[in-house]
Formats: sequence, structure tokens, C-alpha cells
Amino acid sequence: MTFVFDLLLALSLLWSAWRTLATPRLDRAIVLFIIFGLLMSLAWARLAAPDIGLAEAAIGAGLTGALLLDAYGVLLRRRGTA
Amino acid sequence: MSTGFIFALTGAILFAAGVAGVVLIGHLLRRILAFNLMGSGAFLVLVGLAQRQDVVDPVPQAMVLTGIVVAVAATALALALVRKLHALTGQLELPDDVDA
Amino acid sequence: MKRYSLVVLVLSLASAFVFFLGRAMLELGPTAIDLRAPVAAHLAESGVTHPVTAVLLNYRGYDTLLEIAVLLLALLAILAVVGEAPASPTRAAHPVLQALGRLAVPLMVVVAVYLLWAGAFRPGGAFQAGAVLAAAAVLLHLVGLLPGWSKPRLGLRFGLAAGFALFLAVAAGLLTQGSLLQYPPAAAGVLILLIESGLTVSLALILAGLFLLLSREAEA
Repeated sequence: MTFVFDLLLALSLLWSAWRTLATPRLDRAIVLFIIFGLLMSLAWARLAAPDIGLAEAAIGAGLTGALLLDAYGVLLRRRGTA
Repeated sequence: MSTGFIFALTGAILFAAGVAGVVLIGHLLRRILAFNLMGSGAFLVLVGLAQRQDVVDPVPQAMVLTGIVVAVAATALALALVRKLHALTGQLELPDDVDA
Repeated sequence: MKRYSLVVLVLSLASAFVFFLGRAMLELGPTAIDLRAPVAAHLAESGVTHPVTAVLLNYRGYDTLLEIAVLLLALLAILAVVGEAPASPTRAAHPVLQALGRLAVPLMVVVAVYLLWAGAFRPGGAFQAGAVLAAAAVLLHLVGLLPGWSKPRLGLRFGLAAGFALFLAVAAGLLTQGSLLQYPPAAAGVLILLIESGLTVSLALILAGLFLLLSREAEA
């Protein structure tokens, strides 16, 4: 049962990573990257590494996502004013 | 197949996909995304491979914890540079990529 | 055409890499050096009972020392790249969002302090606590209660460097006793908590600064 869960988690990690790179719209790519980060923190929990899971959820998904979305917003606004 | 091995293999694929993304994608924000995927892949290989017998090993876990925090700093620095480049030139790709 | 062949080349190289790395991982024998036993054996003298914290702040303390140095450098580099710009006034978010921010931030501070304290004996520690505090600052900024940074003043500069300076001071103090970052077992617990508190403050300020320095031009 846990094997099936691990396999599903690994496949969703790969899928979200693939969509992050391949999706045409940049805002969706960033949101998919945040999803990828949350899935990563689940993977860390499966690897019995709760320390990394906590850090990944707060930093990998939260802070990096906020930084990326903020940069995207600035680029969008500059394009709008230019 | 153990949990550690599954995620080590996933990490290897993620790393390869990240490298391919960094090489092939010109858009700098997307390149930063690919770079982050690459890093996550390397972290998964580090911890997953060390725990391939499913015995918890705190040493690689601590190393990866350090790595995640450094990765966000590197991402922020890269974003600062991209924003500066965009403010100065209006480009979101490096000059060499634009020429090619 | 040239572009197409490059894509094929890179993708086939990446696939070959995954194939051979996977094969190699499957054939990998038992590890030659197992660090689990020494980690467990010296846990009693490390000052903490959570092995990951023991590795981070005792056995491999210099990794963490260099890490906070790298973070400080990254922030200085960003400061150099973005230059000095006046912080623009924040736009107040919707009142409901602001109220939510006011409610969530004190809870986040409590969680951060708990994580810092818990790091000694269960999952948690300076990194997670610092990250939660930084997230609280980002939240406050996004709802318009905290302005972006213009130029760090003296107090803020002290805060940014405090973790690194404190860590370095402890390391230098221990160097006079023997070797770098080798805590005497009796004082190890207190020293680690001291270093972790400094790290939490500096990490939170640096991580929040990454966002607050970059986002100030967003409103301009």
C-alpha cells in the first residue's frame, strides 16, 4: 500500500515538474512550481525527514513562490506601462 | 523497491529534467524554475540514496536542510539580477540567446 | 533545424544520464562509511537529543556557520544590485485580509518560538523558525502593514549580522579552548540554544529582506 502511495507521489512530482517547465503561461508555471514544492514536502515526510519537510513547505513552496510571483507581477506591470 | 530508492530515482529524473530545462529554455524566469527543480532533484538523490534500506540517516538530512536555505538565497539573487536586466534592457533573455 | 537537433541532443543526453545513474544506484552495495552509529553514539554529549540538530549545530557546525555567511553575502549582493531606492508607501489590502494578517502573525511568532525550542529534542530548529518568522513578515508586507525596505539602518544591520557574528564569536571562543566549534559537553546545550536563537533572528531578517528588498519597486 505504501509502495503504491510512494509511486503515485513520485509520479505527481515528475508530472508537476514537467508541467512547470512545459506549460506556456508563466503564471501557471509558477503556481505549478509551488505545487511541486508542496509535493516535495510530502516526499520528505515519506522519507522520514520532517525537518526538511517543514523547511521545504515554508521556504521551497512559500518564500520561493512569493518571490517568483512578485517578480512576475513586476514584469507584467512594466510591460503594461511600457 | 524501498521508499528511499523510489525517491532517489525520482530525484535523478528531476535533476536531468532541470538540467535540460536550464540548457534549452531561454526565458530567464523559467530558467530559474528549472534550476530549482534541478536542486530539488539533487536533494532527493542525496537523502533517498542514503536511506535506500529505509533506515533514517540524519547526516544527509542536515546537509539538505542547509541546501534548501542556500537555494532560496541563490534564487532571490538570480531574481534580483533578472529584474535588473529587465529594467536596464527590457529583455528577459541573455544577449547570446537573443542573437541565436 | 539547428534548434531541433539541439533539443534532441540534450534530451537524449539527459535520458542516458538517468538510465546510467539508475543502473548505478541499483547496483550500489552497502555503504562503506556508515555515520549513523557515530551520530547515535555521541548524541548524549552533543547537548541535544534530536540527531538532525546535533549534526547541524554540533558535529558539522562549520557547515551551518558558512551557510549563514553565504546567506548574508547573498543579501549584500542583492542590496548592491537593487541599489538605494526610497521605499514607496504600501498599498493597504482589503480590511478582511488585514484583519487576517493581524490574527495570523502573532500565531506565527508563537509557532516560530516553539519550533526554535523544540529543535533540541524533536523536528524543528533555527531554520524552520526563521522561515516561519520571515513568512510572517512577508504576510505583513503583502497586506500593507509593513513597508518594503529602502536602506537597512544601523539596528537592522546589527540584526542581519547578529547570527553570523554570534556564531563566529562562539567559534572563536572555543578555538582558544581547543578546536573550532568543539563544545564542552556540559555547556553544549546552552551554547547551541544561544547560537540557534541568534540564527533564527538573522535568518528571519535575511529571508524577509530578500523579499522586502526586491518587492519595494513593485509598487513604484
